[in-house]
Amino acid sequence: MYENKEMRQVFGSILEEMMEKDERIVVIDADLAKANGTIKLRDKFPERAFDVGIAEANAASIAAGMAAYGFIPFVTTFTPFATRRMCDQIAISITYAKRNVKIVGTDPGISAELNGGTHMSMEDIGVLRSIPEIVIFEPVDNMQLAQAMQQLVDYDGPVYIRMFRKSVPAVFGEDYKFDLFKADLLREGKDVSLFATGIMVTEALKAADMLKAEGIAAEVINIHTIKPIDREAVLKSVKKTGAAVTCENHNVVGGLKSAVAEILVEEYPVPMKAIGVQDHFGEVAKIDYLKKKYHMTAEDIVAAAKEAISKKR
Amino acid sequence: MDRTEIINLQDKSRHIRRLIIDEIGKLGVGHVGGSLSVVEALVVLYYKEMNINPAEPKMEGRDRFVLSKGHAGPAVYAVLADRGYFDVKELETLNKPETMLPSHCDMLKTPGIDMTAGSLGQGISCSVGMAKASKIKKDNVYIYCIVGDGESQEGQVWEAAMAAAHFKLNNLIAFSDNNRMQIDGNTDDVISVAPLEEKWTSFGWNVQSIDGHDIEAIYNAIEKAKTSVDKPSMIILNTIKGKGVSFIEAMGAANHSMPVSEEDRIRALEELK
Repeated sequence: MYENKEMRQVFGSILEEMMEKDERIVVIDADLAKANGTIKLRDKFPERAFDVGIAEANAASIAAGMAAYGFIPFVTTFTPFATRRMCDQIAISITYAKRNVKIVGTDPGISAELNGGTHMSMEDIGVLRSIPEIVIFEPVDNMQLAQAMQQLVDYDGPVYIRMFRKSVPAVFGEDYKFDLFKADLLREGKDVSLFATGIMVTEALKAADMLKAEGIAAEVINIHTIKPIDREAVLKSVKKTGAAVTCENHNVVGGLKSAVAEILVEEYPVPMKAIGVQDHFGEVAKIDYLKKKYHMTAEDIVAAAKEAISKKR
Repeated sequence: MDRTEIINLQDKSRHIRRLIIDEIGKLGVGHVGGSLSVVEALVVLYYKEMNINPAEPKMEGRDRFVLSKGHAGPAVYAVLADRGYFDVKELETLNKPETMLPSHCDMLKTPGIDMTAGSLGQGISCSVGMAKASKIKKDNVYIYCIVGDGESQEGQVWEAAMAAAHFKLNNLIAFSDNNRMQIDGNTDDVISVAPLEEKWTSFGWNVQSIDGHDIEAIYNAIEKAKTSVDKPSMIILNTIKGKGVSFIEAMGAANHSMPVSEEDRIRALEELK
């Protein structure tokens, strides 16, 4: 039902439906409403959907003030501005004060494409992950985002939504049931666990197919919520497979790799490899080019999986 | 405002200063200077202007107060305690483990605190959010906010200023506590924020500049601000950091956060009799 739609369209249209039913929801943009698919909300909700201009820090604290008044604000901008730029406001006005604000960052990591290195948030998950209690959610496809929206509103606290803006391949069908705090087991396997998030999930699924052709059974788990991470799902999988690969569209410092490693080191160490941006900045180029250049393709995941498996004791 | 009322609120201000000195004195250290400089503004707000109910701190439709210069928490706590939001004895727990009165205001800990603040520049934006929220709800609520003059060096203050004027938030009445000092010295020596009046005016606000220790002037300025049709209001309070206690005033910028010995406390209380 969400086929051929961009993620921002799904986001905008579901938000519209929800705003009709729930007067508490407001949308605050910082001059990227056209880019993020929220501008049309202003026609229907001229008071509840508005722009604060290019002033992200102000947007975040305004949202906190509105939340203190009983509203549920969605603040939308690009990922680097939603995190680096408003970090202290997210930490204090929003999270320390436990305000019910949803921060939506679009164009994560290499998906900023032609905006280049300045706009590629390789660190946004890392920046926010060390702030206590904030929830970090990265939807994998339209269906997941669509199902998540109501749960995000119902969850009474700050959430960072790391959202792809354009079209992504569908991972889930109509029968999918989303739980904000439970990871999705997409493929069962016994030889290696592939923990993936965002646009890297489809690469991990491709990698699992390639590994299968070589007789290796890879388990694929979509970690849509990186904080709080579903510890149980991670541990259950590695206890079965004994090897892990993390796949993320983010620096391998501070993001999914770190989150998974923190669990494994404490609870159940297994050989592990990390696919992602290897601690460098981004640059202008299309996603497919950057995936190859930064070794973030299915082939790279296959190689990493074999290496992790080879290190099993 | 008649003469008796003015005198009563002046007496109240002296009483609040005593509570602040006691509160910080019993701990031995704290943000004395900036707490003493905002007393009259708080007294006019909490004893005269604001529609609030200490028995029901979260009452629907109440006016809101945001202390953007969150470090003057001890002054607000003294007022809240005296207004009956909680027992005056609680003031003795200021900044002690498990207290409900932390150095900087925390809406989750203290009855009567409407917004958490402490990281400077954010409270004024939160006030803009509240004023915007009130406009959407059409509940005729006033949002009051005190910003520090030093705090106005934060860029976010001016982002908030722009937005408030753009949104025509005439229900937002802010104060700038112009005590002309900050941690590192005189504001004019650190990074001058002058001319404050012209800055706020050029950002589209109604601006008044008054003696921040004059009860009647504060009251009149708020009443005038309430008549604003489509602009937010800024009332610049020309104040003295450490106001009311001569040896604290004489310390200048050093009174921002200072030790208060038992001897200092008694000496200060003596002066505030």
